[in-house]
Amino acid sequence: MAAETHDTILKLDDVTKVYSGIVAVKHASLELKRGAVNVLVGENGAGKSTLMRMIAGVEKPSLGRILLDGKEVEFNSPADAQKHGIGMVFQELNLFGNLSVAENIFATREITRGIRGIDHKAQVAKANIFLDKLDAGISAETMVEDLPIGQQQLVEIAKAISLDTRILILDEPTSALSAAEVDILFKVIGELKAQGVAIVYISHRLEELMRIGDYITVLRDGQITGQAMVRDIDTRWIVRSMIGSDAKDFAKSVDHKLGAEAFRAEDICLPRRTGGLAVDHLSISVKSGEVMGIYGLMGAGRSEFFECVIGQHAHSTGKIFVAGEEIVARDTSTRIRKGLALIPEDRQREGLVQVLSIASNLTLASLEKFVKFGFHISGERERSAIKEQVRNLSIKAPNPDFDVTSMSGGNQQKVVIGKALMTNPKVLLMDEPSRGIDVGAKADVFRTMRRLAGEGLAILFSTSDLEEVMALSDRIAVMSNGRITTILDRADATEELIVKAASEGHKSAEHKTIGDIA
Amino acid sequence: MTTATATEKVPAVDGGSILLTLMKLRTFIALFAVIAFFSVFAPNFLSTANIILMSKHVALNAFLAMGMTFVIITGGIDLSVGSIVGLCGMVAGGLILNGIDLQIGYTMYFNVVEVCLITLAVGIVIGAINGLLITRLNVAPFIATLGTLYVARGFALLSSDGQTFPNLVGKEELATTGFGFLGSGRIIGLPVSIWILIVVALAAAYVAKYVPIGRQIFAVGGNERAARMSGIRVDRVKMFVYMFSGFCAAIVGIVISSELMASHPATGNSFELNAIAAAVLGGTSMSGGRGTIGGTIIGAFVIGILSDGLVMMGVSSFWQMVIKGIVIIVAVVVDQAQRRLQQQVTLMQLAKKG
Repeated sequence: MAAETHDTILKLDDVTKVYSGIVAVKHASLELKRGAVNVLVGENGAGKSTLMRMIAGVEKPSLGRILLDGKEVEFNSPADAQKHGIGMVFQELNLFGNLSVAENIFATREITRGIRGIDHKAQVAKANIFLDKLDAGISAETMVEDLPIGQQQLVEIAKAISLDTRILILDEPTSALSAAEVDILFKVIGELKAQGVAIVYISHRLEELMRIGDYITVLRDGQITGQAMVRDIDTRWIVRSMIGSDAKDFAKSVDHKLGAEAFRAEDICLPRRTGGLAVDHLSISVKSGEVMGIYGLMGAGRSEFFECVIGQHAHSTGKIFVAGEEIVARDTSTRIRKGLALIPEDRQREGLVQVLSIASNLTLASLEKFVKFGFHISGERERSAIKEQVRNLSIKAPNPDFDVTSMSGGNQQKVVIGKALMTNPKVLLMDEPSRGIDVGAKADVFRTMRRLAGEGLAILFSTSDLEEVMALSDRIAVMSNGRITTILDRADATEELIVKAASEGHKSAEHKTIGDIA
Repeated sequence: MTTATATEKVPAVDGGSILLTLMKLRTFIALFAVIAFFSVFAPNFLSTANIILMSKHVALNAFLAMGMTFVIITGGIDLSVGSIVGLCGMVAGGLILNGIDLQIGYTMYFNVVEVCLITLAVGIVIGAINGLLITRLNVAPFIATLGTLYVARGFALLSSDGQTFPNLVGKEELATTGFGFLGSGRIIGLPVSIWILIVVALAAAYVAKYVPIGRQIFAVGGNERAARMSGIRVDRVKMFVYMFSGFCAAIVGIVISSELMASHPATGNSFELNAIAAAVLGGTSMSGGRGTIGGTIIGAFVIGILSDGLVMMGVSSFWQMVIKGIVIIVAVVVDQAQRRLQQQVTLMQLAKKG
């Protein structure tokens, strides 16, 4: 790697991070350059955020060392890392909504007047200086919860700048920003760079990376697959390193006839807490035996749409039909009984009950199927159903009575899928089904999806992986900003078309609000 | 205390798996330790009369602790059980002694079976009120049941103006005699209350293992959001556990007033804390998702034997409180240590696998 003008400030030496059930980072070595923008890209679950959380002191590496200015350091907490001049702006904002902007910026290092307590005036004045630098147009006295999400992001950035950081990590900083706000952010990054700050920039948006980055590192499945100077490479190189030459083992699509319409959603709306719509008048229809891929970037509203369908949002509006019959009931239990099933995106928080065994997790949603005399769970029937599901999904479980957390992420995901399948659904909703699982398990999951479609199930799955959506779907719907911007047949779909449609919603959203006012 | 000394002696060989097994069996070890200790140091401890007397004491706490176990497994807490005991005792006593005055010159009396059923219903209704507050109105379980703790105790005191309902023998012509059978009667040599305990405990253990709602109780406590996403009617599960807890408390109310042949409105004061202690000692995790009925019963026996044994040894009641507190704290510390150890062992295995 050429390092003509920039010297290394921080070095990760062969680090590995293991979570329960998954290896997030495998033997990664990374150098961050002073006074440069170090870009980090990779698909969801590639391990970018984990890597950065180790630098910011949120997580400790399971193996390996961190070297700062050539000396080995150990961060036990984010405060530790901050002392060494490392600041991080997280993807999920870490702000106190019930406090003012100034109080947030100076949290844990309040400006005090000895025993007379906090000097609020000085804090506000100083906070305003940082905010002005960002051209944010935010008053330091505003409550954070009253700000729109884009401005909250700017507050986070102002907070990180105010720490006199030498290394500033920005995890998807632009995901909630408008084009004008992005320009301001880039200007600030330029200034910080000139001051010798090392910037780490994580993003999915390739054109942004090309514009701002100096050095680029590509991650795939927890391993570093490419490192280069940005000026030496092009977007195709990035995509190749992200996806890898060893094309993933996608199940071949078997041609089978599509049946009648199995699922239809009409005019689904879900208001967002911060204003606007998370799901914006969305309508979609899927035939039985069809695999419909929903592509979209983070925050496009895919998960929210799925949650509306399965009945997790009491405030959502719109109609849902399964096999032509409208489902009026709004609760999840009835909707599952009517033939809908959801495999949630966040396996740990929404998919599994960690304290229960593999077997209990599998049958959790379908217990009533095994009940004798109206109350007794027949152990025999339950066991044979579990055995069948373990075989069908090739779950690698030495013993179904073990804790579900004793398995790898991929097998845990199969358990979640098995749980949904045991309710005998007609329509299967899969939210990022391949997220955070290893290559082999991915192939198994994809093969299962194809098999189920062949058996006449209607499948909707969401992904932010281009290759995946192209290879698996019969039709591709692209979501952006809560709306479906286009629906393409697989034959007509190209990567450019999809990427373009995925960013379309943001632009038109701005036009739309103007239109609404007029 | 006893468990800690027992585990320290074991060298941490074998990847800590021996240590882990010992820690898992800690409640058993504690039970045997207390029994062994008192049979040596307390005179007459192992006599049949004493064992039966102790079991009767333990049974009262065990009923409450079983109800509490289900509640705690869902991630909640029920502070109102002690007051429900008091109120239900007053309801039973009042019905036998005074009946219901219909305000039109007649008074309605019920026979003993009806009285027991009405009292149980009262307990279940109070549990249902707890459940409704928690599920429909989103009151935190601690606060909701703290509220019903005061309300139920208040009604118990109001029902008799703070007086005791004495002498609940009943009248032959009203068929209200025989109330004492529940508290002091015996079937095949065992007190009736022990038989009831055995039946309820077996039923509860069966529900936990073989009935869908039992599985769902664990799921709700383990991960409420995932339970909801799986289509489990979380509110219904929560209603069930609080109603069951109220039901158990009503049984205790009936048994106590039957034993004493009198109802006192202050009965059951601070019983809830003993019930929580027994559940926790038996391995129920306060953060939800873990616990067993069997463990809780053993926990109740450890606490009950400990206090009765200390009384027999003539230890001052002040010291008894100190000792009981230490035992509870040690139990939870060991529980946490076990959890950490287990996690480490699984992570190590995963890391080895790669």
